[in-house]
Amino acid sequence: MGKDRQSGHSCRIVGRRRLMASGACSFLLVALTARANPSGNVNVESWHLPRLAFTMTGADTGQMVTAHDFLGKLVLLYFGYTHCPDVCPLTLHNVAQILQRLGENAEGVRVLFVTVDPNRDTLPVLRRYTHLFAPEIVGLRGTADQLAALARAYHLGYSVTPATASHPYEVTHSSAVYVFDKTGRARLLIPSLASTTPDIAGTASDLEHILHSGTGGLLARLGQLL
Amino acid sequence: MPDAPILPRTTSGRLPACQSCIPRRRRCAVTVLAALALGSSLILPRAGRADPPVTVLNSWFRYIIPQVPAGGYMTLKNTSSQPMVLTGASSAACGMLTLHRTETSGGVDRMVPVAAVTVPAHGTFRFVEGGYHMMCMNPVMHIGQTVTVTLTFADGSRVPAPFVVYGVSGPSGSAPNGAATGTKMKMPM
Ligand SMILES: [Cu+2]
Repeated sequence: MGKDRQSGHSCRIVGRRRLMASGACSFLLVALTARANPSGNVNVESWHLPRLAFTMTGADTGQMVTAHDFLGKLVLLYFGYTHCPDVCPLTLHNVAQILQRLGENAEGVRVLFVTVDPNRDTLPVLRRYTHLFAPEIVGLRGTADQLAALARAYHLGYSVTPATASHPYEVTHSSAVYVFDKTGRARLLIPSLASTTPDIAGTASDLEHILHSGTGGLLARLGQLL
Repeated sequence: MPDAPILPRTTSGRLPACQSCIPRRRRCAVTVLAALALGSSLILPRAGRADPPVTVLNSWFRYIIPQVPAGGYMTLKNTSSQPMVLTGASSAACGMLTLHRTETSGGVDRMVPVAAVTVPAHGTFRFVEGGYHMMCMNPVMHIGQTVTVTLTFADGSRVPAPFVVYGVSGPSGSAPNGAATGTKMKMPM
């Protein structure tokens, strides 16, 4: 089956690069074959992803937080790290633009910035970093196991390779931003917001639909479009 | 005048004006003045000593907090008929400053160190967000400031360039001072 061959090929590439959570390859495959919204964002309702679940330390409070604390909010999930001066701030800046566009509705949204580099990202740095972009962005830091569990559930790839004599400290992370509705169901995948020409209006409109619709709303809307 | 520049060099904190930006009539006057001032050195041009034919445009840093590297972006313009190879950069405002490229494959982003980039003859090379960038490892700067970065080329020439320091929103977030607050700005819509 063509899909499997393609998937195997992607996995080999990922494996060679020492990705810990090599689900990234299957994420790409599915993202490419799934139906996309006009914004380019992908409806993931049919992927049967598990409900949002995690336990990590929140940078704002220094306390343990779980997915339960975010029930009732629309949640954006992004894996990054603060020593990333290019795509992470670009992504978070675009997220902040989307929140601005949502106006008062932004109050119903939380953005989880999960560090894939917990060794270097201390809670105070994480807190200062996220708050510069928008108050709705929450920094999360987990243990290796907590991070791996969350990454595995949503096929989010990441890796940290400590420096050697010949190679600098290297971190990799998924470009994707997942969107969960108020009940913790995975609804949308934004393939990347690391762009200088992001679709702010289209993505904000996608989020508004999820905010204002029941769980079947987006599917119904897509059904009308296709 | 052992190291007299052939092109006029801006000394203010502004971006150096590229030759093609100057209206033709004034460009002519500038050329005549330069020729008068540097007559002998024009007759006997000294390769390597003259200012390199690279101008740096739209150069800026995204400064976040001191503990986190700042990303640097710019457009390099080569006005000569020879390719110019950028091999490094340094700045007192950065500690270590390296050339990097963001690479995306299979939905995963990584940054790779870059040894050199070539600015083609009569061409440009852009460091843009999500692509080539400079990593300012230990930023000592503040938003609204202009800091100097010295670019080093393979032929040994060095080009100092002013970089404007922006906050997390970058140049898109209105004036550099607009981003200085770091707070969410409510935009009228
Ligand atoms: Cu970098």
